[in-house]
Amino acid sequence: MLWVSRKTIKMNYFPDEVLEHMFFFITSHKDRNSVSLVCKSWYKIERYSRQRVFIGNCYSISPERLIARFPGLKSLTLKGKPHFADFNLVPHEWGGFVYPWIEALAKSRIGLEELRLKRMVVSDESLEFLSKSFVNFKSLVLVSCEGFTTDGLAAIAANCRFLRELDLQENEVDDQRGHWLSCFPESCTSLVTLNFACLKGEINLGALERLVVRSPNLKSLRLNHAVPLDTLQKLLMQAPQLVDLGTGSYVDDPSSEAYSKLKSVFQRCKSIRSLSGFFEVAPHCMSAIYPICRNLTFLNLSYAPGLHGNELTKLIQHCRKLQRLWILDCIGDKGLGVVASTCKELQELRVFPSDLGPGNAAMTEEGLVLLSEGCPKLNSLLYFCQQMTNAALITVAKNCPNFIRFRLCILDPVKCDPVTNQPLDEGFGAIVHFCKGLKRLSLTGLLTDQVFNYIGMYAEQLEMLSIAFAGDSDEGMLYVLNGCKKLRKLEIMKSRFGNAALLEDMGKYEAMRSLWMSSCEVTLGGCKTLAEKMPRLSVEIINESEQMEFSHDDRQKVDKMYLYRTLVGHRKDSPAFVCIL
Amino acid sequence: MSPENGKILPENDAADLNFEATELTLGLPGKSRVTSDGGAKLGNKRGFFETVDLNFGDKDCGQSQIDVQEAANSPVSKVQVEGWPPVRGFRKNAMTSCKYVKVAVDGAPYLRKVDLEMYDSYQQLLSSLEQMFSCFTIRNYLNEKKIIDHMNGIEYVPTYEDKDGDWMLVGDVPWQMFVESCKRLRLKKSSEAIGLAPRTPPKCASTTERSLN
Repeated sequence: MLWVSRKTIKMNYFPDEVLEHMFFFITSHKDRNSVSLVCKSWYKIERYSRQRVFIGNCYSISPERLIARFPGLKSLTLKGKPHFADFNLVPHEWGGFVYPWIEALAKSRIGLEELRLKRMVVSDESLEFLSKSFVNFKSLVLVSCEGFTTDGLAAIAANCRFLRELDLQENEVDDQRGHWLSCFPESCTSLVTLNFACLKGEINLGALERLVVRSPNLKSLRLNHAVPLDTLQKLLMQAPQLVDLGTGSYVDDPSSEAYSKLKSVFQRCKSIRSLSGFFEVAPHCMSAIYPICRNLTFLNLSYAPGLHGNELTKLIQHCRKLQRLWILDCIGDKGLGVVASTCKELQELRVFPSDLGPGNAAMTEEGLVLLSEGCPKLNSLLYFCQQMTNAALITVAKNCPNFIRFRLCILDPVKCDPVTNQPLDEGFGAIVHFCKGLKRLSLTGLLTDQVFNYIGMYAEQLEMLSIAFAGDSDEGMLYVLNGCKKLRKLEIMKSRFGNAALLEDMGKYEAMRSLWMSSCEVTLGGCKTLAEKMPRLSVEIINESEQMEFSHDDRQKVDKMYLYRTLVGHRKDSPAFVCIL
Repeated sequence: MSPENGKILPENDAADLNFEATELTLGLPGKSRVTSDGGAKLGNKRGFFETVDLNFGDKDCGQSQIDVQEAANSPVSKVQVEGWPPVRGFRKNAMTSCKYVKVAVDGAPYLRKVDLEMYDSYQQLLSSLEQMFSCFTIRNYLNEKKIIDHMNGIEYVPTYEDKDGDWMLVGDVPWQMFVESCKRLRLKKSSEAIGLAPRTPPKCASTTERSLN
């Protein structure tokens, strides 16, 4: 009798509604995923209450399965091409098409409200389909996407009656010279975010002004280069409540009427915390901005090569509350010194190269050291430079143990420590040793297997690692694969890792999102072996150079290999130059 | 990948080393280099640039350190490598802009545009302007840069507006500096060009005389 009654005791003490209410407060994807694994009952409640889904690789799952599991889906984030596609290593036609997702979602009863895409191919057709399929669609965010024109944007503007957010970041968009901005109907008054900074073409300024006038909730506005300063002034008059502003072309005669009006309107814009743009810039006109500088938390001058020297440092000296700074390397080491002494709250710094020719990089290790001494809260770095030393890296690691992201790019990628002529193993070793929370790391410089030994030993939280021109042998890659338990993405180019490393622990790849290896030592035979043994991985060989007959020589080295875990087998949309083993 | 044949051996005390000893071998000491048909990719993995071959495998780093130093200093031709530098295509395109500037001519109703990146020197630019406004010919009188309208006998002086908004005489600064700072061009009638930065007095005069003798 006792035995039977034990079997009938319920494990859940709360009714479903209470659990659902509890889950409402659990928002991070990771936590939600964990919750769903607790038991069948929790899985069920979680899946019905889930509204936001993140899919890091669009080929790891199908839209049908997504829809089946999460009928209450409102917001979908999808990523397509692998990261190295950013650097032209993946041909345009490789894949990552959003159309099938939109088609599947449209057929279902999903009430999609938000779509966020990164590195995907988005056609005008899919944008139009999207705009007509979801009555409550509110938010479209496209990052590093391609395949669409302003006609697609016109469809979104015209048909999404409750659109709140149209956010275009660094997309390749063809300008069709239509007036997409004019396609927002008069009844559209709901815009909160409008970012078209990446568009290359002309803009209907009148339509823009009228749109801003009828958007009282507008908080974020980022203009493209075609919007001149006097229009900016008019827009700000209508939208002094902006929190995030991206200027267009910031050029005028300082004695002009437009400029003096701009100066006074900036003084009314007390809410601006984030500033970007300045595609063309007249240094004399920067003083208008000083009043907003004191409250800025994010400043992006990475597309403003016209701003440098004293004008740049003067500007920065006004930004005492800055937390994130994106800048070009024309700031120089000394300029970083100014940042270090002014921006004590700085958490994230990105220094981009302004001249991509080798030998022209302006930054050295000195700027980074100065920065680390002045900004102990620094936790995220992207730094393009001419050279780096072990001593500097060790100092930086000790000064800033809070790094979560550390990406160093020495433009001559195999450069050793110029002071000691040693590889940079010790320097990066210090970074992983002292920065215990490091999640993302990119390495350059002369590096041997030893640095990977350090990474395997110390980088316990590492999730993403980018390697180029590094390592001596398979040992290097093995140190990483064996040591970094939380590794999710590994991308390697032009390094001496081959089949032995690739095949040692094949199960590891199912615990990772993806592995990219290009111009390494892996052979076709090695990739075939892997594909054969691991049916839940998709092993793609990308070979655009010659017609590679895949029945050929297994000893042939593979130019580009991209493998990822997937629950839905091989994709059906791969082009001819991709072979899925 | 870089070709294997970019070889510039540094002059050093170890001139008696044979070639293999100075080849870049990045395996740990004692490891033999694996060769295969894909030889081109193996040899100079470090050959991102066409670079010198270094012996890096020795435990005794003394010699190789010198090699590295000399390699770093020796002139290398830098080859573009796919995927490098790791900068997003969008950003690359945005930064390598054409440098189109407007060209105005006093008295002409329409402006033209020229791409300064298309030229390597002032001479080329002025020749091109000559062609554009075809009734003029350029007279490059020693170091003076003038454009002359032979039909009307009007002299035009090329001037430009720089980043600071000042109007300058074309030709004073090195070409590259000019390209970077020029925002637009104006061919001013010579009489109106008075008041710009004074010309450097022609040292030319004496040299011409000398060369004529």
